[in-house]
Amino acid sequence: MDSAPVLEVRNLHTHFFLRRGVVKAVDGVTFSLRRGEVLGLVGESGCGKSLTALSILRLLPQAAARTIEGSVLLDGEDLLAKSPGEMREVRGQRIAMILQDPQTSLNPVFSIGNQLHEALARRPDGSGRSLKERAVDVLRRVRLAAPEQRVGQYPHELSGGMKQRVVGAIAISCAPEVMIADEPTTALDVTIQLQYLDLLKELQTSLDMGILFITHDFGVVARMCDRVAVMYAGRIVETGPVREIFDNPVHPYTQALIASVPKLRRKTGRLRAIEGQPPALSELPAGCRFADRCPHVEPRCIEQYPEAVSVGESHSASCWLAA
Amino acid sequence: MSAAPILEVHGLTKHYPVRKGILFSREVGRVRAVDGIDFSIGEGETLGLVGESGCGKTTTSRLVLGLEAPTAGDVLLEGQSWQGLSGQDKQDYHAKVQAVFQDPWSSLNPRMHVGEIVGESLRIAKWGTRAEIDERVAALLVEVGLRPEHARQYPHEFSGGQRQRIALASALAIEPRLIVLDEPVSALDVSIRAQMMNLLKDVQEQDNVAYLLVAHDLATVRHMSEWTAVMYLGQIVEYAPTESLFEQVRHPYTKALFSAVLPDHPDRQEEGIVLTGEVPSPLDPPGGCRFHTRCPFAMDICSQVAPALTESDSGHLAACHLEE
Repeated sequence: MDSAPVLEVRNLHTHFFLRRGVVKAVDGVTFSLRRGEVLGLVGESGCGKSLTALSILRLLPQAAARTIEGSVLLDGEDLLAKSPGEMREVRGQRIAMILQDPQTSLNPVFSIGNQLHEALARRPDGSGRSLKERAVDVLRRVRLAAPEQRVGQYPHELSGGMKQRVVGAIAISCAPEVMIADEPTTALDVTIQLQYLDLLKELQTSLDMGILFITHDFGVVARMCDRVAVMYAGRIVETGPVREIFDNPVHPYTQALIASVPKLRRKTGRLRAIEGQPPALSELPAGCRFADRCPHVEPRCIEQYPEAVSVGESHSASCWLAA
Repeated sequence: MSAAPILEVHGLTKHYPVRKGILFSREVGRVRAVDGIDFSIGEGETLGLVGESGCGKTTTSRLVLGLEAPTAGDVLLEGQSWQGLSGQDKQDYHAKVQAVFQDPWSSLNPRMHVGEIVGESLRIAKWGTRAEIDERVAALLVEVGLRPEHARQYPHEFSGGQRQRIALASALAIEPRLIVLDEPVSALDVSIRAQMMNLLKDVQEQDNVAYLLVAHDLATVRHMSEWTAVMYLGQIVEYAPTESLFEQVRHPYTKALFSAVLPDHPDRQEEGIVLTGEVPSPLDPPGGCRFHTRCPFAMDICSQVAPALTESDSGHLAACHLEE
């Protein structure tokens, strides 16, 4: 997996400028995603993982949010320098996105076929087939049962798992280079979740996409991801290959996250909880942002932010203890 | 069952009629949300109720809470049914069974401050004077890991984990015998879940309160509960002491649920039963064993005769023809 990165995010800063102050939701995020790889972006709600995704696509939620620094390179082209018209060509066609809730990402008043046509019409495949034939074809690729009937149906006639498959079909309809999946299985039932994860993995292999997989669940990471980036309070604190992260986590936050989950295979005693809460993003400390919850805190952790250091092959962490 | 049962549920059934026609006068079908289930919970014990959405676990918890009347069957708390109770007796029942719901963003009244929320049940029950109630509220907030001065703040000033603590404090206020926990940690962040689970266990030990834990995450259930019941389409398919269930799964549906659990390490991928398709509609559940349409081991008899719950070793019940 030594191919060149298809998506590179460098030192990205997206802040909210509010009357009560500046909320530094994404504050210096750097990572790269290669073709044919699944990168897990892991963190708690409010750590900035979804906003990172929206910054990449330049779909920031409010007028108050602005990306003030950094670059987003798709095949070497900086997306932040593109015009709005050029960005429209990127969204959906070169970078597709799957959101958490299929209930809200499909339009209730259009049929499934209609919603697929919209995406398919933007990229003719030169085969001369009708949009309907192509829609049936793409629904078959996401393994939706009876695709010929589904194209005429409306979202409310489908279950949650089926709807999320339709969302997946729309996402792959333009054969994107990158797919951003923002907690795509959180709203699904456990048995359906596994089916969907396996489907995404299969699509990724057949289309040779890079997937940026946003999640808070280490189980999803273990099933899906090749590499992991752990995010805390607007910054990535540790990144590395998935096995390294599980076997040899370096950052105390990563260690604590993995340890705090109850195990299925053995009876656990008292859980090792992480006490306290993440810092407010409007009043971030100068030093390490995990310092006040960290069991190994030292004076220098509070004074200065630890830069990322290499702790193994393509494994790095931002922690003074690792330095 | 070691402890004396606090809660007993016998043949509990809840059907919702589906009506059509002029003024919805014609009943065209019934959603069999809960269809004849039995279980009991001992004093200070936890029963975990597991299943996919639509299996009837939330309806069961609403029936236990007395928020809905069952179509058939009964719920007995300390040997007494809540059906037919009225006035003060009914209020006493509700005081003994409290609830903590999944979403702490919608379960707390945003216009009441925390002191009012936690003390509400005490005021309704005329538990004491205002000063006594304030004192009790302060003690409860400390018990759930908050500070007494939080009583004057409003819910929006708290994080999800703190709100769930407030919800627990208000459930504990009137010293219930049973608390229904409906997915109490699934809306919380990963780093906060462990705090909440530890707190729930501490509170149980201290106050000897029983829990009915409705959850879909098997690891949470294993960690929290002494007994586990697995529901599928309104029925209990397996019911056992938690350790017995996690050591030896008997029902194919439970096996499938275990196979669907995400791995805790990339090298430990579960290869078991991967279910295809989705749960059939409870409006028209399959005949015989309700799981036979998705079961990889289905035999002829499975589509014809519904299997009964049979006991193997020490209280481990499963409803499957393969076990007979």
